[in-house]
Amino acid sequence: MESLKQKAKELLEAGEIKAVLGYARGTSDTRRPHVAMSALEVDKLVADQACTTNLANLLMKHEIKHLGKLAVVASRPSTLRSLLQLTAEHQVADGAILALVPAEGGVKQLGTAQAFEEHLALVPQKKTEKDQALLDRLKAMPRAERFAFWQKEFSRCMKCYACRNSCPMCYCERCTMDCNRPQWVPVPSHAVGNQEYHLVRAMHLAGRCVECGECGRACPVGIPVHLLTFFAEDSVRAQFGQGGGASATIDNALSTFRPDDKETFIR
Amino acid sequence: MAERYKLTQDALSALFEALAKDGRRILAPTDADGRTELNAVTSPDQVSKQYLQTILSAKETVFPKVERLLSYTTEGGKVDLKDAQPHALPTVLFGVRPCEAGAFKALDAVFNWDSRDKFFNARLEKLAIIGVSCTSADEACFCTSAGGGPGDTQGSDILLTPVQGGYLAEILTPRGEAIQALAPQFFQAGATEDKEAVLAKVEKAFDREALTAKLPGMFENPVWKQQSLRCIGCGACAFVCPTCVCFDIQEEADPKKGERLRLWDSCGFSLFTLHASGHNPREVQSARWRQRIYHKFAYYPERYQQYGCVGCGKCTRACPADMNLKEHLVEAAQAQ
Amino acid sequence: MCHCEDKNIYLPYLMRIAQVTQEAPGVKTFRLEFQNEEEGQKFEFKTGQFGLYSVFGEGESTFCIASSPTRKGYIECTFRESGRVTSALADKEVGDTIGFRGPYGNVFPLDAWKGKNLVFIAGGIALPPLRSVIWNCLDLRENFKDITVVYGARSVNDLVYKHELKEWEGRSDINLVCTVDPGGETPDWTGKVGFIPMVVEGLGLSAENTVAIVCGPPIMIKLTLPVLQKLGFPPENTYTTLENRMKCGLGKCGRCNTGSSYVCKDGPVYTLAQLNGLPAEY
Repeated sequence: MESLKQKAKELLEAGEIKAVLGYARGTSDTRRPHVAMSALEVDKLVADQACTTNLANLLMKHEIKHLGKLAVVASRPSTLRSLLQLTAEHQVADGAILALVPAEGGVKQLGTAQAFEEHLALVPQKKTEKDQALLDRLKAMPRAERFAFWQKEFSRCMKCYACRNSCPMCYCERCTMDCNRPQWVPVPSHAVGNQEYHLVRAMHLAGRCVECGECGRACPVGIPVHLLTFFAEDSVRAQFGQGGGASATIDNALSTFRPDDKETFIR
Repeated sequence: MAERYKLTQDALSALFEALAKDGRRILAPTDADGRTELNAVTSPDQVSKQYLQTILSAKETVFPKVERLLSYTTEGGKVDLKDAQPHALPTVLFGVRPCEAGAFKALDAVFNWDSRDKFFNARLEKLAIIGVSCTSADEACFCTSAGGGPGDTQGSDILLTPVQGGYLAEILTPRGEAIQALAPQFFQAGATEDKEAVLAKVEKAFDREALTAKLPGMFENPVWKQQSLRCIGCGACAFVCPTCVCFDIQEEADPKKGERLRLWDSCGFSLFTLHASGHNPREVQSARWRQRIYHKFAYYPERYQQYGCVGCGKCTRACPADMNLKEHLVEAAQAQ
Repeated sequence: MCHCEDKNIYLPYLMRIAQVTQEAPGVKTFRLEFQNEEEGQKFEFKTGQFGLYSVFGEGESTFCIASSPTRKGYIECTFRESGRVTSALADKEVGDTIGFRGPYGNVFPLDAWKGKNLVFIAGGIALPPLRSVIWNCLDLRENFKDITVVYGARSVNDLVYKHELKEWEGRSDINLVCTVDPGGETPDWTGKVGFIPMVVEGLGLSAENTVAIVCGPPIMIKLTLPVLQKLGFPPENTYTTLENRMKCGLGKCGRCNTGSSYVCKDGPVYTLAQLNGLPAEY
């Protein structure tokens, strides 16, 4: 942790970056996102197992983008995967954001997409046991049962959009949920409105989800929404042999059309 | 002070039966996969044994997340308009905390300050509140800084405080007396248990009135920007809040018929104030976060002589970015 | 304490479109008559007030009542196609039914303006709220001294109420100055060419015993207010209207909340002095 603070201070002092996006102590034993622009604020940085938030979504936030060049604390592989996917989608230029990875006995400074990829090869991202178990259970369910499961879960949704707003890949200036000409998805948080929202979101993330699980963590009423995109991601991986956040130069599986596509309807 | 009675756990079961017999639905905190939710119950056994608060507030009993305001049919350019009637069931809210019981007054201030909102009123008229005092609190709680307290009686019709062998019951309003009258034999007069001794200790964190006096002069203070840098602009805080009342009106229709619905909304959403021209009076998240604080602690008191926050801490617990309201209000109160 | 008699405050009047006028590209005026005659007879409003107009199937949209309360039996509204509701509204024809809730909000204080000179300054699609009060003042002409109207739009084609502008031009009891932005003029344009703040500055207006009423897009208001200040108009005698987004119009939904003010209840009419006391969130 001290080496992280040291590094952050050096970078800020040298003017290489304007701010560090990391973690600080939060309510009770939690950790919260923290933006440090001075040595005093750097001292509040924390790096430990409790730092679970994927900070990449804040990198897309208007107010943070405009702070200037940033370093992000990438305690989680998903943060680097988010950066790769955002680079692939031309939201972040390669080399624009520095990643500081707390590691054994120090801190690794990664500055390019290639460096992110190399680091990720060493620390593969794994789903939690709980998520994997529920995902396996869902996959084993007959369709009707699975549908019923989700309907019950969605009934608690109130469309606070915490899932969308915490997602690093939901960076659209104007989300399709907020467009009303035409009104693709009903605005009210009733059965149909909730179901369409979550299914459309899952489809928009299929092949792009970096599986950080942030959406599920953000949900105030405990809907495991992240499993929808995990599920979609697994399907895309099985069908197309590629997934979100693997590289900075990948084309999106579901929105790329090639003459040699194996599906005839595209040709 | 209202007279205090003793209500044993067994007597509570009998009271639940009497309420059901009287045709009332009982909503209470229940356990659901580790979450505490407000659900319909018929017996005290179904009520959560260990809970701080429900995740969502009880406001949905009077202000549901989706409510029909009117409906219509359209035929050949002609419109047949139909008024909507709220489906208000006689309801007893059991086990809500004193903070939340006090929040209905803040909702009432907005829904009825000028014109009267029949949808809200129809439900509120059929609502009785049996609050339960807090014997524990967490870091998000700040009721004592928001004009309340862990055993505060405001807002409850009956307030129960857990004591050895059952509850200490305070009958506070005519609605409370009506409930007592359903099963008077279960309320033993002359209870002597010490209520204060069992209440949670919630230390006062800031002086609310001083903050209100200070806010008008700190609109441009950098704290709002600093605090809100990590805010992701979702509506979790507003939706779980027992006093947040902002709403949207949306239309749902097919070519022949439709309805107009009232939905929960949040001043934290960037779309909330966006004009059709693209102009947005609150363009950045810091302005929206500041609006949330000012609405509750400056504009409400000025307009309604009533605060828009009860210090329940639900927003803090629900926030994905850990925007801790108590902590941020303390910062504001101390800001230069 | 039963309030079962509470009315549904969200229920609109049903209105029949009696007349449609195409004012400018994308801008129309509807004349609306109450479908229920009894409701129409009871209905009263004052100039400055607004309403929520609804297309059944699409939703509600907020704009002012553009006609004068001195003209009975109908109300008029002028709107530009800019969103879901206004576009659907523009598709409506004479004889169709739409909804109207109102009147809402505060009013222009005509009583306080008695015996004064009035200067109305409007830009683009913001003439409608002033058109209501201008006609109201013209219909009570003896109450006021000189009446000046400065109206500007991007181009000649964008001017609304063209026939009424012609009528005002021909009247001796109102001084109309029309202007279009540079490049917006046509070969036969006889009015001024230039931006409103500059035109106002060049008119040689006296602030003495005069009230100024300014309506227009935010940028126009922002640039015109300093000019008025320079001319000596005190903030108490300078009026404008705010157009924050609204959903209920009843001071409940929270959308138009600016400071402790609800634009839908305490506005839309504000003096500059009042605005100076509000956060600049409009």
